[in-house]
Parts: sequence; structure tokens; C-alpha cells
Amino acid sequence: MRPMHRRIFLRDSALAIAGVGSLPLWLQRTALGAESQGRKKTLVAIFQRGAADGLNIVVPHGEPDYYKLRPTIALPKESLLDLDGFFGLNPALAPLKPLWDAKNLAIIHAAGSPDPTRSHFDAQDYMESGTPGRKSTADGWLNRALLPADHPSSVRAVSLGAALPRTIRGRNAAVAVESIASFHVKDAAASQQFETLYGSDSILGGTARTTFDAVKLLRSLGENTATGYPRGKFGESLKQIAHIIKANAGLEVAFADLGGWDHHVNEVGQNPTEGQLAQRLTEFGTALAAFHADLGARMEDVVVVTMSEFGRTARENGNRGTDHGHANAMLVMGAGVKGGKVYGKWPGLQPEQLYQNRDLAVTTDFRDVLGEAVHHHLGNQKLEGVFPGYSASPARFPGIMSA
Amino acid sequence: MKRTFALLALAALVCLAQPSAMSPDQKLTHALNRLTFGARPGDVERVRAMGLTQWLDEQLHPQSITENTELEKRLAPLDTLHMSTSEMLRHYPSRQVVKAISEGRAELPTDPFTRAVFEVAAKRVKKAQANNPQGDEKPLPALPADMPTRPRERVAYLEALPAEKLVAALEAIPQGQRRRLADLAGPELRRKIEVLSAPMQVIPTDLVSGKILRATWSNKQLEEVLVDFWYNHFNVFLEKGADRELVTAYERDAIRPHVLGKFKDMLLATAQSPAMLFYLDNWQSSGAQAPARGAKQTRGLNENYGRELLELHTLGVDGGYSQQDVTEVARCFTGWTLRRPGQGRDFFFNPRMHDRGEKHVLGKTLEPRGIAEGLQVLDILAHHPSTAHFIATKLATRFVADDPPPSLVSKMEKTFLASDGDLREVMKTMLAAPEFWEPARFNGKLKSPLEFLVSALRASGDEVKTPPSLNTLMTKMGQPLYRKAEPTGYSNRGADWMNSSSLLARMNFATSLKHAEYGAPDFQRK
Repeated sequence: MRPMHRRIFLRDSALAIAGVGSLPLWLQRTALGAESQGRKKTLVAIFQRGAADGLNIVVPHGEPDYYKLRPTIALPKESLLDLDGFFGLNPALAPLKPLWDAKNLAIIHAAGSPDPTRSHFDAQDYMESGTPGRKSTADGWLNRALLPADHPSSVRAVSLGAALPRTIRGRNAAVAVESIASFHVKDAAASQQFETLYGSDSILGGTARTTFDAVKLLRSLGENTATGYPRGKFGESLKQIAHIIKANAGLEVAFADLGGWDHHVNEVGQNPTEGQLAQRLTEFGTALAAFHADLGARMEDVVVVTMSEFGRTARENGNRGTDHGHANAMLVMGAGVKGGKVYGKWPGLQPEQLYQNRDLAVTTDFRDVLGEAVHHHLGNQKLEGVFPGYSASPARFPGIMSA
Repeated sequence: MKRTFALLALAALVCLAQPSAMSPDQKLTHALNRLTFGARPGDVERVRAMGLTQWLDEQLHPQSITENTELEKRLAPLDTLHMSTSEMLRHYPSRQVVKAISEGRAELPTDPFTRAVFEVAAKRVKKAQANNPQGDEKPLPALPADMPTRPRERVAYLEALPAEKLVAALEAIPQGQRRRLADLAGPELRRKIEVLSAPMQVIPTDLVSGKILRATWSNKQLEEVLVDFWYNHFNVFLEKGADRELVTAYERDAIRPHVLGKFKDMLLATAQSPAMLFYLDNWQSSGAQAPARGAKQTRGLNENYGRELLELHTLGVDGGYSQQDVTEVARCFTGWTLRRPGQGRDFFFNPRMHDRGEKHVLGKTLEPRGIAEGLQVLDILAHHPSTAHFIATKLATRFVADDPPPSLVSKMEKTFLASDGDLREVMKTMLAAPEFWEPARFNGKLKSPLEFLVSALRASGDEVKTPPSLNTLMTKMGQPLYRKAEPTGYSNRGADWMNSSSLLARMNFATSLKHAEYGAPDFQRK
């Protein structure tokens, strides 16, 4: 390579990596304290991106209007895993049924955001920031849920995937881990130099320092040999979260997501256990069940909560699918969860009961569900800081967890 | 290692205090940083000699720029990039066509090489369906007795073989050896080896390679940046069924010709493109009264396209429309569908699927007029002040700052409205605005993974040996090309791309460039 090329390469690559002249907020974080490892309570948030069809996931088979509204995509009662005589679980979620039976899994139906938006992007953003209707919020509810700590672990907040989602962004250092195995600089000597320079660099101090600390910590973990996780990114994400929990590395909040729920066309196959929704649910349910099994007794320190930006139209559309709707079903499992029950006030599916004459109405604000987990499990009682502008308080909790 | 060290040391430079105006040289660098995929060696000097104003003007008129012959040479073998969709499907196997052949609904091509490619694809599909990817591995056929063993001689031998014999000879060579031969082969043989190795991947691989090669080598840099911007604005997910074969023509025919033209033309081209009609399901949307085609088929409205048209393509989510507008717009577009779904999938308007009632969109009443209703909706949207604001904001976010100055957005949106949505004029306004040249903008925006990767390749002057493998890296950095599943596209905000995972991926890419993992043969470690 010719010298001139090299010089330009150097400059531009440096700019390409650091690439900033002004100081973005995420870089201004104060330097972190010493590493503290340890056994912690962990809250795992799962996002089903694309608006999962809650009505075909936790099916109200006792509601005659459900069958009227969905002549070709309703799930027949006999195909469902009955929960309580009124609701039944989509058969593709069979792996979760034992958790329900053992009262480890609770469901909140007709939960969601009060904001009327049916935009995937806005609704995800509102749910992730925890401030429906407010676009100026810069950070996410899961980051704000963390309690102040003197010597926080570099992996106290971890998101699995190549991006750092809004939910977990904020003033507490959070790391995005695409995979534990590749979470390092391959060239050891270069790594040393990157660290020397970036570690003390005033601009990159925050992210770089956290990254290098997290690299060291995660490099020492070895491999999670647990089995039962489904193939694919989501199963891999949960497997790695379980790994960090089992290693007592100080994980307090974790995030993983799973896309592909936007079923405008052919949502259900010829048979209730086939088709796009069933496929997604199989991966989703198998992964959650594998996670539960992998952690075993260690689940006493862990709560998992699932959400999706909104539900789908109560009526099926013209193409055996559903369009963007409103309320949805959330799942909660783990420590202190009073499972085996469908929580929430059921709003009904008769025409006058529908939200804007088309969707399942929201009767439980998603922040009440998340607030209960943050309050009871993470022990953060200052919910006004977690959900600013909302009066989340124990009085409004759905009561899914023992206090 | 010195190289890496120096590279890092320079990171410190970016936090120096800003003077009150950019120096002339900073301006050159700034323009190259923002309007191209990064400076190549000599670019700064070239722009300086030509004059910045002249260079900007040239980039705004890409038809006046002579294309880099190096690029043309590299693009030439990627023949799918120039084919119509139906032509592409005749030459390269798609899932649907392979399935049709295996079910006896279609015939194998007659050209011996193409036929062999389809046969290989069909075998692969069968094997995958048997759910037995490892087992039943038949031993390779015997090598032709007269084939030389030395690689260079072997290549010469293969290059002289007729098509029927070539396929048999190639199939006898193990995959790894074949790849090494490809490196030594001329473009034609190399292409054949690649096509035979992964016949079902040719179409998407050509697309990805074409994008990386153009971004790296094209002289029409602003056009390439804009094609990336507008494809992302009208995002289509390559992996949604037939979109695998439709995206090539979509980007080439619906996006590229209009990036410096009229917004309304691009909007119409996307609305009628098979790729978009398929991606956002509009091809299946019909009036509730439309007759069903068969017992299995249901008929009725699908809101998917109608909603994204308003939210993502034109007005923006805060652009002042209601759920009612979404439904009414969707009704206007019923019957905008596809002909011959298995083959070329051309757009056509099917009056039998169209909802014939009166519609009310954004306070206007639309009389039943068939296809003209959809055209009228596009016209209303393309000239709407919310669209002007939304597009101006998005362009300014990409080219100027994560949170662009409102004064700049306002200038751009005025130009949009005054010029009938002329995107060249909007770009000119942006480039003439002092906000673009404020000193704080200099190195003031983090690069997206694509910008990072291509700018490093351009700066190094390295040959891009295997563009498709770079897409694996793009996936690691969170931006797999043409594979954003959601219609929102990727973020134009630099800050959204920075996190520990992407930082490590960028560091790893920088060191791999140093080790020439992606570099030219003469830069390879021996």
C-alpha cells in the first residue's frame, strides 16, 4: 500500500470510528467505578416488534364475537390450550403451558398504551421510552429503572443484538452485545492499543471504557452449554442472557427482541399450528421455556416480561390477516409471579366495546405492569422517575407479583 | 501496528475547539464527507483544483460525469443488475420457479449452462426439503482424466471447455478448490463458478455487491448516497418472498432515476412498483364487494400500504392525518395489483378489485374514478406541506445533523413546495445554506455502518475483493443491506448507531483492513 493512501486511511478511519466533533450525550457519561460482580436481581424485557396479535395468542374462546369477527383466522376452541374456561393459549405456545400450570406464568390481557397511534415506529418508541405521547424523552424506562449504584458492573444493563434499543438507553452505562463469543477485538495487540487510547479519551471515555470492561468480563465466561433453545437470533439472545445471569456478573436489566409479528396477510395456516403466527410463537415460546429451564432454581432472581407496541384489529382484514390495532396481551414469568391467572379487566369484543369500533380496548396501562415488576422485583420504588408524567403506584398494579 | 496506533491517536483531534468558520480546506473535506461515501486518495486535491462550486454542480448533475471504467469493469459480470425481472427469472433460479419445475409446472431452460444451474438449484431445494442437509452426501464425481492439476493450467483447461462438459468438470472439484480457481479465472469463468456454487443466491448477491462496488468506485458519489437515502426512505425488505427477485428492478427503475428529479415521480414509481405492492401487501387489497377468485381466497381491504404511504413516505407521522384517512387512502388504492404473480409481476389496475364507493381523504371528497383516485391521492400527498416538511427534515438529518437546525429545514421545505418537489433544487438549497457549512458540522456526525465501511475502503484505496462477505459485517454492525424488515428503514441519526457492539465491530473491521482480509491480492499476506 502506498504511503499516501495509508495516511488518508488513518485519518478517515479514525474519524470513522470516533467520527465526532461535537459531544453526544452518550459520551458524556462519567467514568465508571470499579467492577463489581455479584448475584443480582434481574429484570428481562422482551419486545415483540411488529405488533403481535394478542387475540390469537391468548384467545378469548368464551367470547362469541371473537368467532364472528374472525371467520377465517379464529382459532377453534378445541385447538387451544385452555387456561381458565374463557381464555386459551395458542397451541404453538405449548412449551409455556407447563409454566402456566406450575403458576410461574401470568398473563395480562387487554394491556397496552393509552396513546392512539397505530404507527409501529411511534408506538414502539413510546413503549420503549415509557412515555406514551411524548417524543422528547431521550432515554428508556429500563435504564431509568436501575437504582443508583456506587460500583456498578459494566454488564448491569445488557441488550442482545447489534443495536442498543431505546428501552435500555440512558445515563446508566448499557452495552449492546451481538454475541458473547464475538464480543472482543480479534487482534489482541490492536485491542490493547485501542483500549489505551480510547480508554483515556475524553470523548469516547464512556462507551469505550464500559465496552472494554464488559469485554474482559464476558471473555471470562466461557460457553453456555445449555440445550433446548430454538435456532435463531431470539433463542440465542435468551441463552446469552441466562449465561450472564448464571455467571453472577452483576446483570440487573436485560433486553431482547423478536421481530416478524406484522401479519397483514395469511396470519394463520390451514391448521392452527401452522402459518406465520404459529411459527413466530413456536420460536418465542420454546425460547422462553428453555430460558426458564436453563436458569432452574436461579429463576428466583429473575423476572421476564413481554410486550409488543400494540395489538391488531379485532376483525380480520381482507387477506386472512389483521391490521394495526390497540390492546394486547403481556406475559410475566419468574420470581414472585402469581401465575396461572389471566389478569386485567376484559373489555369485550362487541361492537360498542371495541376501541374506535375496531380494536380491543386497553384496560391495563402497560406501565402498571412494568411498574409492578420494577417496584417489587428491582426494588425501585421511585416510579415517577421510571415513568415520568405518569402516576404509577402500587395502588394501580395489576397484582401479578407478591409484594 | 503503527498504522493502528496513529489511527487511534487521531481520534483525539476531533475534540479540538471549533473556530468561527470552516477553512477552505475544511470545506472541501466536509463536502466530501457528507456528499460522498468518503474521500478517496487524491479527492481533496482534485476538488481543490476543480473548485468546490464546480464540483458540487457536477455532483448535482451526475449525467454529466464520466463513470469510472474500473467500476464498469467490476459491474459487468453482475448481469442480473441489467435484467428485467422476467429475464432474470429465466436465467437464474428463484424459489418459485424451482418449485414449479419440480412439480412439473415449468420446464428447464434449454441453454446447457443455465439448465445445469437450475438442476443444481433444484437438487439443493430437494435436499433442504428432505430436511437432511448433512446426510446422503454423494461422493464427488471423478475428475476428468485429462484435467491438469496445476491451478493455472486447470483454469486454462476449464476456460476452453464447452458448457456441458464444464458443468461436469466443475462439479467434480471440491468447493474450496473451486473458489481458489475462481480467483485465478477470467471474469466469465469466475462468474460461472460463482453461479454454480450458489445458484439461488445470485440475484441478492449481485444486488449487494453492486451496491458496495458502486459506493466504493462510482464517480457519481452524490447519486449513490442519494440512492441509498431514497431506497431507505421507500424501504422494501429483500427477504419477503418474491421481493428477493423484485428489489433489483425496484431500486434501478423506481428509485435511481428520480433521486435528483421530482419527488412525485419517485412516489408514483414506488406506488406502482411490484416490489412495493408486494412488500406492503397492497396487491391483495380489494373492495369488500369484489368477487373472490376462489374458495380459499378472501377479499377485502388491507391497510398496510395506505398507512405507510402517509406515515413513512409522505406526510410523516405528525403530518395531520387520522385513522379514517388511512382507511380511505387504502380504499383508493384497492385494485392496484400485480399481473402474472409467478413471473414478472407487472403492475396493473384491476377494476374488479377496486372499491367503487366515494372516499374522503384529508378533507377532500374523491368521486369514484378508478385508478385516478390513487393518482389523485399521490398528487395531494406529493404537494402537501407536511410532506415538504417531512422530506426536508429527513434529508437534513442525513446530510447535516442528527437534529438539524429548524431554519435550514424551513428553507428546504420552502424550496420543495415552490419547485413542485424538485429534489435537485432542495439539495441546492441545503448546500447554499450557511447551516450546512457551520464549523460545528465538521466531523460532527457519526457514520452509519455503511458509511463507515465504505469510507474506510475508499480511503485505503484497497480493492474490494469479495463484496458479499462485507454484508456479513454489515449485519454485525446492525445494517444488513436491503434487509431492514420494517418499512421504517434504517435510522439517519448517527448517534443511533453507536454502542459497544458496533464499536467493537468497527474496531475489528479496522484491524481486518490492516491485515488485508478484504484487500487486493497485492496487499495480501503471502
